[in-house]
Amino acid sequence: MDAGDIMPFIASAKTVFQTMLATDITPGRPSACPLVPSFANDVSGIIGLSGDVVGMVVLSFPASTAENVVATFAGMEMPVDSPDFSDAVGELVNMISGAAKAKLEGRTVSISCPSVVVGHGHKVQQPSDSLCMYIPFDSPMGRFCIEVALKESVAQSKPASEAA
Amino acid sequence: MRVMLVDDSKTMRNIQKNILTTLGIEEMEEACDGQDALSKVVAFKPDLLLVDWNMPNMDGLTFVREIRKAGNKTPVIMVTTEAEKERVVEAIRSGVNNYVVKPFTPDALSARINETMAKAA
Repeated sequence: MDAGDIMPFIASAKTVFQTMLATDITPGRPSACPLVPSFANDVSGIIGLSGDVVGMVVLSFPASTAENVVATFAGMEMPVDSPDFSDAVGELVNMISGAAKAKLEGRTVSISCPSVVVGHGHKVQQPSDSLCMYIPFDSPMGRFCIEVALKESVAQSKPASEAA
Repeated sequence: MRVMLVDDSKTMRNIQKNILTTLGIEEMEEACDGQDALSKVVAFKPDLLLVDWNMPNMDGLTFVREIRKAGNKTPVIMVTTEAEKERVVEAIRSGVNNYVVKPFTPDALSARINETMAKAA
C-alpha cells in the first residue's frame, strides 16, 4: 500500500457530498494519522474493509459539523444521540467507502456494515500495522476528517508462488 | 404504482421516498433487510422493488435470488455502493433488472425507475 491509495477516498468524499448534499468540500493536506487529533471528534462513522485489502475507514466530525451535515443529508434536524442520526452518519461513510473501494484497481474489497461512535473528544484507534492516513476537510458545514488505514491482506502480499 | 424500499438505512429509505413522492408514487412499503422484505413482499405485491445490496441478516442479492426462485417477476432496481463491473454483472445474472450506484442524484434514480417500468410494461 502507498499514500496514493487514499486518493480514491478523497475523490469519493467529494463526490458523495456534492451529489447527496449539494455541498463542495475542500480536502487539506493528507498526513500520517496523528496521535492526538487537531480538533475534537464527537461523532465517527466506521467501516471495515476486507478482501485483498484490509483496514478501516473512519469519518469523524465535531458535533456542530455532524449536526449540520446530517440535517442537510437527511433533510431534517435530529439530536446527535438519536438512532436516526447514527443511521445517517453510517450511510455517509458507507457511500464514501463503497465508492472508493471500487477505485482500488485490481483488488477485490468488501466493506462491512457501518458502526457509529458518539462521544466528546474520542479517538478511534487504527491498527498499528497498517498505513494510516489522515485527511482533513473544510466545508461550509464545518471541518471534519477521514482516517484511512490500509494493509494488503496476507494472501495478496505474498509472491504468487507462495500464495497458492 | 406500489414500490417496496429495501435498505437497512432509514435515512436512505427516506431519501428514496421523497424522490418517489415527487414522481407521484404514494403507495410504498419499507423493509430493513432481505429477511424483512421476504416477509412483506407477498402481501404488499409491489410493482417495483428498490433493493440495497449490503444489509445485515439477509443481503439484497440473496433476497433477489430467493424471490426469483419463488417465481416472483417484480422488476428490481439494485441501489447500492457496489460499483464494480463484476458486481453489476453478478446482480443482473441473479435477476436484477436495473442498477443505481450510490451516491445518486434524484434525476438518476427517477430515470432508472422510468426506464425499468417502461421495459416491464
